[in-house]
Amino acid sequence: MKITTPLTDDVIGQLHAGDNVTITGTIYVARDAAHKRFVEALDRGEPLPFDPRGQIIYYMAPSPAPPGKPIGSAGPTTSGRMDPYTPRLLEQGLKGMIGKGNRGPEVREALKKHKAVYFAAIGGAGALIANSIRKAEVIAYEDLGPEALLRLEVEAFPVIVVNDIYGGDAYEEGKRKYKMANDQ
Amino acid sequence: MREISCQEITDTVARLCIEANYYLGDDVLEALRQARENEVSPVGREVLDQILENANIARQEKTPLCQDTGMTAVFLELGQDVHIVGGGLYEAINEGVRKGYREGYLRKSVVDRPFSARINTKDNTPAVIHTDIVPGDKLKITVCPKGGGSENMSYLEMLSPAAGRQGVIDFVVDCVDRSGANPCPPIIVGVGIGGTTDQTALIAKKALLRPVGQPNPDPEVAELEAEILERVNRLGIGPQGFGGRVTALAVHVETFPCHIASLPVAVNIQCHSARHKEAIL
Repeated sequence: MKITTPLTDDVIGQLHAGDNVTITGTIYVARDAAHKRFVEALDRGEPLPFDPRGQIIYYMAPSPAPPGKPIGSAGPTTSGRMDPYTPRLLEQGLKGMIGKGNRGPEVREALKKHKAVYFAAIGGAGALIANSIRKAEVIAYEDLGPEALLRLEVEAFPVIVVNDIYGGDAYEEGKRKYKMANDQ
Repeated sequence: MREISCQEITDTVARLCIEANYYLGDDVLEALRQARENEVSPVGREVLDQILENANIARQEKTPLCQDTGMTAVFLELGQDVHIVGGGLYEAINEGVRKGYREGYLRKSVVDRPFSARINTKDNTPAVIHTDIVPGDKLKITVCPKGGGSENMSYLEMLSPAAGRQGVIDFVVDCVDRSGANPCPPIIVGVGIGGTTDQTALIAKKALLRPVGQPNPDPEVAELEAEILERVNRLGIGPQGFGGRVTALAVHVETFPCHIASLPVAVNIQCHSARHKEAIL
């Protein structure tokens, strides 16, 4: 299934755990340090350095771009570390997140409540994923180096839906299907 | 006495940093291809195809396999008859990391003040360096970029000796279970048993340097490796955690004698981007 950004509630409603999806459009990149600053800004009543409504955040910090390329390797980082910050961003209208690894129960509840989706990109496939990124620019927090806030333009960025708005979870469903008891 | 110059060490380390990050080892590629054959889950097979394609792209385009080019662990085997000239050995290693990470467009992922300001050191130093003094007049250098995702899934526990072999197996399998998709399966599980805890952790990491799937030469340990691997692959986690029969490519166990009161076990997990390159000077 092909989707574009910004994400509408209509499109989000069509996504189910396990779906293979490609994303074309704008994706924001932020991870640990940037998320800490987002929440600090919100606590101070300041605006975020980008408008999150309808948007997707990709948990990632790229390797440096070699000459002539928009970005270096660009695979996902472990999403669980961003769990403490995520419900606040969902409250602000964030509609999608891309990372890898499972989210905790609080985030999964918030996804259902705010009608947002969590996707996984293939961890370690940094070179492959970089090929779907057409443009990358730093839009805030440049001092964070690799953890700066980026805006990417992507084309056919491949992801798998992990958590949909219906409570589906691709990790749990996959494990259930392939787990073998010790006496089998 | 044989002299080895710091400049040669720096240049070698720089080259190994880059090669380790761009070119996945043949043993790892072969293990991934085998995994692709053995995996029954369609999503799992698709994931493995993409991992293999990624390795191809990285090789062709000379770009890092993974954006997390790691904190740099360096293992040295320094011959007793070697005389290092032209500077300090550890400074030469760090200069090599600095050079390699700059010239190879590798990510600078190391921060100082880990508990507070977390300020990036901007050059991926300091490396973590372990040195074994051995007979001879050579210097063997092994560079292992270790990504944070897999490294975060590390465990150490002091089992009671009464827990025994079964206790060790149950602990290791539980560690893999708890880690889930986070360390980027399919993984290689490094296990250290014995020593004092610094040694337990060290041998668990050194276990990851073995060619993938090569059993421990001690038959009793090899049997333990096989049994843990079988149990791990029954967990059903699969490639990238989407479900499947190949959660681990291999389990490597290293052991060391330990105190009569202890049974220390350490688990160091390696992601599928198992990167290490070596050179002998």
